[in-house]
Amino acid sequence: MKAKVYVTLKPSVLDPQGSAIQHVLESMGYANVKDVRQGKYFEIALDENSKEAVREDLERIAREVLANPVIEDARVEIEADTTQGDAR
Amino acid sequence: MKFGVVIFPGSNCDHDAYHVISKHVGQPVDFVWHRETDLSSFDAIVIPGGFSYGDYLRAGALASHSPVMRAVKDFAANGGYVLGICNGFQILCEAGLLPGALVRNENLHFICDHIHVRVETTETPFTANLAARQILHLPIAHAEGNYVCDEATFAELTRDERIIFRYCDHEGTTNPAANPNGSHNSIAGICNEARNVLGLMPHPERACEDLLGSSDGSPIFRSLTSTLAAKAAR
Repeated sequence: MKAKVYVTLKPSVLDPQGSAIQHVLESMGYANVKDVRQGKYFEIALDENSKEAVREDLERIAREVLANPVIEDARVEIEADTTQGDAR
Repeated sequence: MKFGVVIFPGSNCDHDAYHVISKHVGQPVDFVWHRETDLSSFDAIVIPGGFSYGDYLRAGALASHSPVMRAVKDFAANGGYVLGICNGFQILCEAGLLPGALVRNENLHFICDHIHVRVETTETPFTANLAARQILHLPIAHAEGNYVCDEATFAELTRDERIIFRYCDHEGTTNPAANPNGSHNSIAGICNEARNVLGLMPHPERACEDLLGSSDGSPIFRSLTSTLAAKAAR
């Protein structure tokens, strides 16, 4: 089973890297780019087949390790369960 | 009294801290490998500067989950003194021993410079030998020293006088020009509620001998030593 975790800065936290990227895009002529926020993306492979069994672990991993809750939010996506065989 | 200096893979100010404690302050000191789980033989622990785990994920994030940090949490909970310098401050925040977080410097640069900080309170074991409002000239070397916290935490830090050092100019005035990294309220160092855990971004261990351009860091180690001596004498 695979999972994806997206970590982004909280809206209240300034993102100087995102601002720098936005300024470069602006100088390249992309005047319509108003804001850029930089984040992190993780692909996690697990030796587990049940979505329910991994949901809690992944939420904790995201909260306690991958993101710093003081400044960041995390979103966990778990890929479709493949243990049920052919879709019925 | 005995000091311990923790070493993580990527620590690089461990020997500076060891040198200052052993040669300059003249106290027994041992290195503590990050896999160590027993700190019972120590009276004070230094989490030194550097780039633990290459600053992977976030500065201090991976080190904060190492075995020694569980021991440091117990050590601190039992009243042991913990000093986190630079990356050590970042690790203490990531570990939840200090509130808030240290994010990228406002100007995105790695800043290596000598700055001034003002001693905001002498009511800690680390600043007891200093004078309130005293100005220290100390080196900084970091890319993630921009202190952030939510307003409730900031109100608490202010109310309990837990902001220990603020960046200032050479006359002791805090202002945006004298704030090198954009830290909230010019915060350079804070302590925990029990005042036995201190984190700061400047490097006092690199400023204990006049030969190095400043010895203003010396009283921080000497304060800790005299606090420990007074505690042992009781």
